[in-house]
Amino acid sequence: MPRRADAQTIAISFTLNGRQQELTVEPNELLLDVVRERLGLTGAKRSCDVQVCGACTLLLDGRPVSACTTLAFEVRGRSVMTIEGLANNGKLHPLQEAFIEHGGFQCGFCTPGMILAAKALLDENPNPTEDELKHFMHGNICRCTGYKKIIESIMAAAKLMRGSRA
Amino acid sequence: MLRPFRLEEPESVKEVSELLGRFGESAKVYAGGTELLLAMKEGLVHYERLINVKNVKGLNEVASDNGMVRIGALCTHHQLETSPLLQQKLAALVRLEQNVANVRVRQVGTLGGNLCFAEPHADPGILLLALGATMVAEKASSKREIPAEEFFVDAYETGVEADEVLTEIRVPVPARNSGVAYLKFGYLERPSVGVAVAFQVQESGQSVHDIKIAVGCAGPAPKRVPEAEEHIKGKGFDEATVNISKAGEIAGRAAQAISDLHGSQEYKEHIVGVLLKRAFQNALGQYRAVQS
Repeated sequence: MPRRADAQTIAISFTLNGRQQELTVEPNELLLDVVRERLGLTGAKRSCDVQVCGACTLLLDGRPVSACTTLAFEVRGRSVMTIEGLANNGKLHPLQEAFIEHGGFQCGFCTPGMILAAKALLDENPNPTEDELKHFMHGNICRCTGYKKIIESIMAAAKLMRGSRA
Repeated sequence: MLRPFRLEEPESVKEVSELLGRFGESAKVYAGGTELLLAMKEGLVHYERLINVKNVKGLNEVASDNGMVRIGALCTHHQLETSPLLQQKLAALVRLEQNVANVRVRQVGTLGGNLCFAEPHADPGILLLALGATMVAEKASSKREIPAEEFFVDAYETGVEADEVLTEIRVPVPARNSGVAYLKFGYLERPSVGVAVAFQVQESGQSVHDIKIAVGCAGPAPKRVPEAEEHIKGKGFDEATVNISKAGEIAGRAAQAISDLHGSQEYKEHIVGVLLKRAFQNALGQYRAVQS
């Protein structure tokens, strides 16, 4: 979209999936639009658009945020991780492995957000109880069916990650 | 889709206040944006300017002195739910914060923003009323404390003046002989009824005094209910436990509940009574646990 002549612009520099990124944004640009439309990373999905569903979850300095309601300029000087940045040199993250292994998704629309939220949880609490997991994840909604397989996947990944750390 | 706006990024409270004075209703303070941006995306409100206050220093700390906890208005819900100091001084507020919306909202949403936006379905104001909190509002040349009772005026309306900035929330630390509880009821993340109770137990250990009861979410703004408090004040535990039903009926009516998709007026009034009873028992349990 061409800029209006009088548009205010903000030059931002941030880390995107481990790489330095420079961009010029307008104040009203949303992080989700910038990531999807301008940077071509379409893992994060627009769904509820009101911070309830978690499909647009990204990690900002390792913590989950709703990209649909985050102004893009807010990421300046910070670190953004999208689902595209989770695999390491083509090797899937244990959470991704576990979601495949345990059938933690059906249509897959909520999955990028689920996995990133779960990563934030396991980074701060490597050994969550099921209640702690549910409390942390309750803001990520799956509309296909239930959560049993998702919970199993995250618990399995947690175990895997604790094992690899030991 | 957000309509274009200009961004101002002041670095002091004075500058924020001056910007608010200069641009009036065409500008709005922007902190976490969790509520404001939703309303703007929906096209319910539009501002030509957003004033980002997050570069103002010193407004995102929790401190405690002289029996008072001071919470910077820019503290996020996440900061508060994980604050060791708050856990020690105001455990009931920590529990409330742990259950605000969801993890993403808590990550960026601020306590000050929550209070100033004054969306009726919000938790913190209700407990702050019961705790006897005051809000510090500053402008370029002055600073004042607003008691919680005068802060919440109506839905989306507070006692903060157009060119004032909420900078701090001051909460007296409950004494050791206190009981404090906040309970809410709702579908998923939106609380449709919230009830808070805080009291002290007289030194003899036999009666409740200094009780504050507050209700919210059901009506336009959180409010204290002195008429309900009267039925508990000065009463022994047994009598208070009986009277709490009466207090609940009064609080239910005082809540000015509205009928909506989350329940009828009568239903919400009933829930106020149920929650008050439970909150009172909960607070009494805490008091007893501390004493034993």
